[in-house]
Amino acid sequence: MSGFFTLVGRDLRLAVRQGGALGTALGFYLVVVAMLPLGLGADLKLLSRIAPGVLWIALLLSALLSLGRVFESDYEDGSLDVLATGPLPLELVAAAKALAHWISTSVPLALLAPVLGILLNLELVAYPALVATMLIGTPAVSFLGAIGAALTLTARRGGLLIALLVLPLYVPTLIFGIAAISAMLGPDDVAPPLLILTAISLGAIVLGPLAAAAALRTQMQ
Amino acid sequence: MLLIAENLVLSRGGRTVIDGLSLRLSNGEALLLTGANGTGKTTLLRALAGFLPPAVGEIRIENENDDRELGELCHFVGHLDGIKPHLTAVENLAFWAAYLDGDSSGNGGDRLACALNKFGLAALADVPAGYLSAGQKRRLALSRLAAAHRPLWLLDEPTASLDAASVTLLIDAVNAHRADGGLVIAATHLPLAFENAKEVRLGPKEKAA
Repeated sequence: MSGFFTLVGRDLRLAVRQGGALGTALGFYLVVVAMLPLGLGADLKLLSRIAPGVLWIALLLSALLSLGRVFESDYEDGSLDVLATGPLPLELVAAAKALAHWISTSVPLALLAPVLGILLNLELVAYPALVATMLIGTPAVSFLGAIGAALTLTARRGGLLIALLVLPLYVPTLIFGIAAISAMLGPDDVAPPLLILTAISLGAIVLGPLAAAAALRTQMQ
Repeated sequence: MLLIAENLVLSRGGRTVIDGLSLRLSNGEALLLTGANGTGKTTLLRALAGFLPPAVGEIRIENENDDRELGELCHFVGHLDGIKPHLTAVENLAFWAAYLDGDSSGNGGDRLACALNKFGLAALADVPAGYLSAGQKRRLALSRLAAAHRPLWLLDEPTASLDAASVTLLIDAVNAHRADGGLVIAATHLPLAFENAKEVRLGPKEKAA
């Protein structure tokens, strides 16, 4: 198992040294959310009503931007071949890379969301709910996204293809993420949507690496 | 340890590249794969490393005290070096050593320095790998061989972009590995001066080694 954490550590270190991927994702998130009030007009009530949904959708799109690089750079420089000869099964290699993506991209995006909430006049009580659902829901974003990243590894201009493959898989996370936020703010019971959101993430953590590893094996032949 | 490949048929993209090849390699032996471009040298190495399942035939390993799979017993140094430009030379090597050995106890400092030294990279240890020349990167990739112990070395054009002195370093490392009982399989265009190495000339008609 220590190989697993060695790999996660290397990916995080590379993410810090390169910096570009995270900066792009955060910048994209900021720009998309900042453009929304400009397009919809300064109707504060409308903005605060749609704010959670907008922040979630923009987060999914921003995370997509960096997904393409999850396996690509290791494939291009030959590291993936060497990783495959290591003691870790390819499933755990995929899991380690998805975990590193979650820590280096999804978590910063989730933490930026409340700051962007200010731009959308998000109600103050909604902030903890927003961050909590995002932190619980985003593992699904990284681990399901790894499937798309592995499938499009050898495709030229795979970025758009990843979006087509992966965005539909994010629909349940989006639905139950929003449902959990509204339940926390309203009279409904918060447990059901939150538990389903957790279940989706846990399922993605198990199934994502299995599917991604199968895709990697066929692409490496 | 005995590496046996029997009646291998390998195909890529629906085209049979290697048809009915058999190999047998035991401790301390080296095998050179030669042949024109496109005769399947890389394909064969990738199959031996476990990336490409053979269409027919089997590759197996006979080993008394070890039941690990072939992929875990081999070093694969391919065309690409597997080096991250943003990490320094020693960081690159430290990662591979810890990862391939599966332990992160961090007591391998001496071994890393020794591996870098073996390929003449000691002075470049703290230089970001992005600034290394092609030949230096190649030597850094080869120093993986010395940093983590694996009995089988699969080398694909190991001398590409190496100068004459570095080729000597590589041959020294290979000789030491073979004296230790290791196996080496190298695909090459240029003559490599491994001592009494077997040779398989890939081409339209493969011959058994």
